Amino acid sequence: MLKLIGIQKSFGNFTAVRNVDLTINDGEFFSILGPSGCGKTTLLRLLGGFERPSQGAIQLDDRRIDHLPPHQRQFNTVFQRYALFPHLSVWQNVAFGLQMKKTNPTELTARVEEALELVQMQEFGNRSITTLSGGQQQRVALARALINRPKVLLLDEPLSALDLKLRQQMKVELLALQRKLKQTFIFVTHDQEEALTISDRVAVMNNGIVEQVGTPQEIYEYPKTLFVAQFIGSINSIEGEVKAVTQDTILVSGLARRPFSIKPSRDGQRPLPLVEVGTKVKIMVRPEKLKVLKSPPGLEYNYIEGILKESLYHGPETRFLIEPKDKTNSCPMIQAVQTNSAVTARKPFASGDRVFTAWSPEDCILMGAEGPLPLPEPKTAEILSDELPIQNVVLN
Amino acid sequence: MEPHLKNSLSKSKTYWFAIPTIGWMIWFLVIPLIIVFIYSFLTKGIYGGIVYRSTLENYSRAFDWLYFGIFFQSVKLALFTAIFCLLIGYPMAYALATASQKLRPVLLTLLVVPFWTNFVVRTYALKVMFADQGPINSLALSLGLIDAPITLSNSYAMVWLGMVTNYLPYMVLPLYVTLEKFDFSLLEAGRDLGASGWNNFWKVLIPLTKHGIVTGSILVFTPALGEFLIPDLLGGAKTMLMGNLITEQFLKMRDWPFGSALSMVLMAVVLASLVVIIRLWMKESEASSSETMRDAA
Repeated sequence: MLKLIGIQKSFGNFTAVRNVDLTINDGEFFSILGPSGCGKTTLLRLLGGFERPSQGAIQLDDRRIDHLPPHQRQFNTVFQRYALFPHLSVWQNVAFGLQMKKTNPTELTARVEEALELVQMQEFGNRSITTLSGGQQQRVALARALINRPKVLLLDEPLSALDLKLRQQMKVELLALQRKLKQTFIFVTHDQEEALTISDRVAVMNNGIVEQVGTPQEIYEYPKTLFVAQFIGSINSIEGEVKAVTQDTILVSGLARRPFSIKPSRDGQRPLPLVEVGTKVKIMVRPEKLKVLKSPPGLEYNYIEGILKESLYHGPETRFLIEPKDKTNSCPMIQAVQTNSAVTARKPFASGDRVFTAWSPEDCILMGAEGPLPLPEPKTAEILSDELPIQNVVLN
Repeated sequence: MEPHLKNSLSKSKTYWFAIPTIGWMIWFLVIPLIIVFIYSFLTKGIYGGIVYRSTLENYSRAFDWLYFGIFFQSVKLALFTAIFCLLIGYPMAYALATASQKLRPVLLTLLVVPFWTNFVVRTYALKVMFADQGPINSLALSLGLIDAPITLSNSYAMVWLGMVTNYLPYMVLPLYVTLEKFDFSLLEAGRDLGASGWNNFWKVLIPLTKHGIVTGSILVFTPALGEFLIPDLLGGAKTMLMGNLITEQFLKMRDWPFGSALSMVLMAVVLASLVVIIRLWMKESEASSSETMRDAA
């Protein structure tokens, strides 16, 4: 188990990483996600031993390792641009780590072959690095990092240099590799889709702070902060004011004549926050939770009336841009996404149509105007988000 | 726009741009070399000058044992100069290449400042600096580091000091160019894979910057082999080197044909050794890769 306790890293006056606490389990595919400059690469370099933390400790299986140089940690890194040695062949690149350990030739050969086979590059041993494609270089970099059998494999945006098709493919391969080896992978990326698809858990970082840690589903469905809600996927944000609070419903005014009602999520993972009447809030709804209708929905739904401005056809789905009838500066446009089932594919709506966009009270995320709202039992939420899905726990 | 541009500057026409350079090289390098080559087979006149009677005598004289000694001395000095320039220049180039963007132009300027002064003046300045009553000796005396001035002038050490000082920039600049392009994340990768500083240096940094090492060494070694002014000024013309020997043939002995023959021999030896060095280096890198492959099989 890898533990980061109160990690802080400053460069002069600039603090790149602030007070980060993380626990990464053995065999976990853990992603660190954030925009560029959020401190994710610095965090990875701290783990790799290329930087020393200004404060805090890193523990691997209860042993402190933050003072150790890279070659004394049982970590290996796949670098952003792979950093393969251009003067060595594929075979020599992969063998490098073992040669440094003075592994005997028989074992060395066997393990290099094994590592090359793992990434399906057996045929390429003789080849020079410069003759390889991006995807092939990526595989060699993986084999080179994995040959030392690291306790933790660090991956610094390894897919960012590849084109889209290859990125999709390598993503799946990377996940398959991790599942096969059952090693801990720590994957740094700015691509939310990558992080959501392949991770067991994701830490979302912004301005050097870890904003939220959780499974991809938790991060997407139950963002705890405004930043997480807005950084991951797209989200509609409607400003309003709390009008009434009952046992299981909060009523919020804004953008429509009928107040919006907010209920806890159906699975109970998102309870209603503690708010008082008069509190300024933001109602946040993912576009795919919205339905576009020609007439107002039933009373159990929240809805906004508006004019359809644009339908953006994406193939599998269509994105509708709707201008609310009572539009405000804070919410000039509502986005709704619907899959192109047979019905919508026939283009039932035209630009300029009067439409109603509706969603369930259970699908809203309520945030304060400035930040997260207090929750009734924060402990419950905490345990839920830190709990690991059963299938990912690997016993060593 | 682009196809039009491509047409007007198509490959077949761009070589015209090289004409001035080629013309210059033919007029001032190739033709003089041909003249020297022809002279080396002619005979010296009684009062200097050239007699147009062909002979091989100049070459048979050039292979005299006496000249072998001089040649050996020259190679030794040039080799030492190149090695010391490399030892001092590599860390210098490394510091330059890793310096901050602000500091780098300052350091580069400092490196080329010596070129702004005349070569002879620079060399004389060294002589003055290290003279018996010069600033270095006076300072050391007044500090009580030495009891009597150390006589450096007109010694082999002084020649060598002058050579290294003069040729250092020729080593540092190509090394800097190579190191500046070097991807320093490769050193991180090396450390990540368990390489110690020593291994990282020899297995990653040196092989990947060897191009700069070879270029720098050639740039220093080749002119150092024919150098005659520094040994003259700083060594008191005590040690005869190839450069001095050839200069004397032309200026004092007025034996142009023999001087030409010596020049041709020197040039042939330099050329041959360069070819051998480069070939060896290429083979070595090929051999090391095939060796590992044999291990694999």
